Amino acid sequence: MSESNIEERVKKIVVEHLGVEEEKVTKEASFIDDLGADSLDTVELVMAFEEEFGVEIPDDAAETILTVGDAVSFLEKNAG
Amino acid sequence: MFSLEGKRALVTGASGGIGGAIARGLHAQGARVALSGTREEPLNALAAELGDRAHVLLANLSDTAAVDGLIGEAEKAMGGLDILVNNAGLTRDGLAMRMKDADWEIVLKVNLEAAFRLSRAALKGMMRQRAGRIINITSVVGVTGNAGQANYAASKAGLIGMSKALAQEVASRGITVNCIAPGFITSAMTDQLNEKQREGIMSSIPAGRLGSGEDIAAAAVFLASQEADYVTGQTLHVNGGMAMI
Repeated sequence: MSESNIEERVKKIVVEHLGVEEEKVTKEASFIDDLGADSLDTVELVMAFEEEFGVEIPDDAAETILTVGDAVSFLEKNAG
Repeated sequence: MFSLEGKRALVTGASGGIGGAIARGLHAQGARVALSGTREEPLNALAAELGDRAHVLLANLSDTAAVDGLIGEAEKAMGGLDILVNNAGLTRDGLAMRMKDADWEIVLKVNLEAAFRLSRAALKGMMRQRAGRIINITSVVGVTGNAGQANYAASKAGLIGMSKALAQEVASRGITVNCIAPGFITSAMTDQLNEKQREGIMSSIPAGRLGSGEDIAAAAVFLASQEADYVTGQTLHVNGGMAMI
């Protein structure tokens, strides 16, 4: 799986789930501080990533995924 | 009002009096129902009585693996899950000083822990759907206490607290979590009472009768319905007035 492909898929999930504009979903963007997610949204995003990429994201790893880039790098290391 | 057409419900303890009545009530409003319990015969009989839109899912809720598989089975059987009724419960009565560890543990495990595990699993799909109903069957003794039922009362009070916490977590996603607290309802449990106990109970019920499964089913239909969308974290007491809380 190519890295850019993972990034695109992550961004697509974030856009769909949080209903934010695509331009705002940069790798640096924080789900809570920049994209308006609440704690339940972050749980749902993790569930959506798990489903899309067929991986399990343990709680201690999920806690470190604060930005779009964090999610992309976790999935690059652990998906597929 | 109160149509459940197209909704999919899982009722645990559906082989019992109250659970069976709840399943019949939800089904009568148009819901597809999954009937869960440990006794195959009464579940099959109920499914046969209901005809279409009824599925039997055997599960022993004291078995953690069975609990953790049940929501997935229900979703598979019905194509999703909109309504979860945690009704299964058991009693192991005895004065606290003489209560065995095993009697405490099994009651908490089946009445409270299984309800949590099932709710947690059901919430995943309900969050995705942005809609759902969880109805936990607690008891008047969860609020009033009852001598000889430290384990049962703790488990039922626990359901009320758990429901309030869950309700706050998922309210923004269109999911409600409520309790129904039956008083004395005619069931296998109340059939075990002796005549003296029965007389004592009757004198404490202003309505002058024991409740029926249908009384509880009506409350469940209401809480499951779209009309109850703004009711969450509540405990609906259905007890003929024996405790006004």
